[in-house]
Amino acid sequence: MTAIIEVENLTKRYGDVQALRGVSFSVQEGEVFGLLGPNGAGKTSTVEILEGLRPPDGGRVSVCGLDPRTTGDAFKQKIGAVLQSTALPDKIRVDEALGLFGSFYDQHRDTATLLKRFGLEEKRRAFYSQLSGGQKQRLALAMSLVNEPSVVFLDEPTAGLDPQVRREIYDIIEELKKERKTILITTHYIEEAERLCDRVAIVDQGKVIAQGTPRELKAGSAGTSRIELRLARPEPDGALGRLEGVAACRFTDGVYILHSHKVPQTIVSLVKHLEAEGNELASLEIAAPTLEDVFLELTGRRLRD
Amino acid sequence: MLTKIRMRLALRNRAFIFFILIFPMALLFLFLGLVGRHRPEAVPYLLASVLALTVMGSFWGLSVQLVTFREQGILRRFRLAPVGAGALLASSILSNYLMTLPTVFLEFAIAREIYGLRSWGNILGIVLLVTLGIVAFAALGLIVASVTNTMHETQIINQILWWGFLGLSGATLPLPMLPNWIQTLSAFQPATYLVTGLERVMVGQVSVLTVLPEILALALSAIIAFVISQQLFRWEPEAKVGRSAKLWAATAVIPFLLLGVWESASGRLMNDARQDYRSMDPTALINSSN
Repeated sequence: MTAIIEVENLTKRYGDVQALRGVSFSVQEGEVFGLLGPNGAGKTSTVEILEGLRPPDGGRVSVCGLDPRTTGDAFKQKIGAVLQSTALPDKIRVDEALGLFGSFYDQHRDTATLLKRFGLEEKRRAFYSQLSGGQKQRLALAMSLVNEPSVVFLDEPTAGLDPQVRREIYDIIEELKKERKTILITTHYIEEAERLCDRVAIVDQGKVIAQGTPRELKAGSAGTSRIELRLARPEPDGALGRLEGVAACRFTDGVYILHSHKVPQTIVSLVKHLEAEGNELASLEIAAPTLEDVFLELTGRRLRD
Repeated sequence: MLTKIRMRLALRNRAFIFFILIFPMALLFLFLGLVGRHRPEAVPYLLASVLALTVMGSFWGLSVQLVTFREQGILRRFRLAPVGAGALLASSILSNYLMTLPTVFLEFAIAREIYGLRSWGNILGIVLLVTLGIVAFAALGLIVASVTNTMHETQIINQILWWGFLGLSGATLPLPMLPNWIQTLSAFQPATYLVTGLERVMVGQVSVLTVLPEILALALSAIIAFVISQQLFRWEPEAKVGRSAKLWAATAVIPFLLLGVWESASGRLMNDARQDYRSMDPTALINSSN
């Protein structure tokens, strides 16, 4: 396999803000690659540099062997993209938008096929302003594929959509994945990255802090499992964090979340501790680590903090 | 395809319909109905003014549309596709031109059927002036869109320029009725060349060669304004106008400075304006002390 996207030591600054501090990764042909990180981590800056919308301050970028800044239209013929927020004229009809954008490319897909594939047949004569959020996003996805691109960039494709619509979009992306399309997707949703991506780069404060397959990343997270529990009475600060095998402990919405590399020992010491305190367990759940745990472990913060 | 869609979008926009059809028609009935009724000899002169105002209206719609597209992030989506600024701008001018033509035909038809217009005038001259006029004023509108950062700013600059074009060109009040200093100033802006040129070919029915200075002035401003609008074009809503961009925009004025100096020295433009004005009322008092 060959790398179809290469990013080396990318830097970008906006005024006083250093948005990218040397981002490097590469994406293989046919791979779905995710940039996972909180808002403001530098995901959109990276993608917009790759799409040719912004110039980098430093570093090297190549997509399909082309430099987005210097190869202009030849480059644009090869890529498709869904921007973080797509805007079209209010009074353009769905089929007109697909036909118009198709007309810009040397080769393009037939509008009727795209409408069918993205479930927009009934809405083909609707104005853009009459579409729901999910329909707008399906149109944006259809538009990104109008030229049969070699690489597709999806910048937060499900942000702001309700769970039902989000699942619809996942289904579409999974179909693209089956067709072996190369996709670069940015997201701050853990489930999106775990479900859709072959490989993930975790981005924080303008840097890639870890990358690999979701499985590799989770396995590498010091092997910690997550224990979530509720207690009859709240515990004093830090008591649970001192239990055997616990690497980290936090308390949110009435739930204690412990990260442990020795789950059996942790459970035994937890039970002993509660007995001594006269406290009781209300619920207990043990889960394999998620990418959220990996992120927490690496940065000390939660993804959506 | 792009031009076709642009035309459809414009026709679905009420404000655009107002500028391209309702406003010119209202002017037509106002001018010809109030002043030109029962005076067929005055109709060509009045129609020339209405025609000039119709052409100058191109200036409004396009600047507002371009700023809206940029502010809403619509241009960003176009930027991802292999389509350049030149093609986007040219298509907006072309669609505007194609949509203004029916209004122009309608104005002629009404002037002939209702108000007794006797002759079409020099048709080639009219076609050239209307075509170049629309391109020039549309491109000027696109420059305004590119040197302003918000819709509010665009509206203010548009208003200032619009009233300048209107007041200093003879399109509303005939130039010969205006004070000398306004007559002198009028030679320094494009609208005057459009108005006087149209008056010449419609009233005097002069040859294209006679209005060559007007045609060249509009052609020059069309080309320069288009090149500048392309240079200043911005895709991104957050990209602000730089100082060099404003200097670029200022270069659009240079040809009119030169033309203005030449016209002021030769007095040609004002002589023509006076001659055509007499057609309307031979006994009119004309401020000709210039």
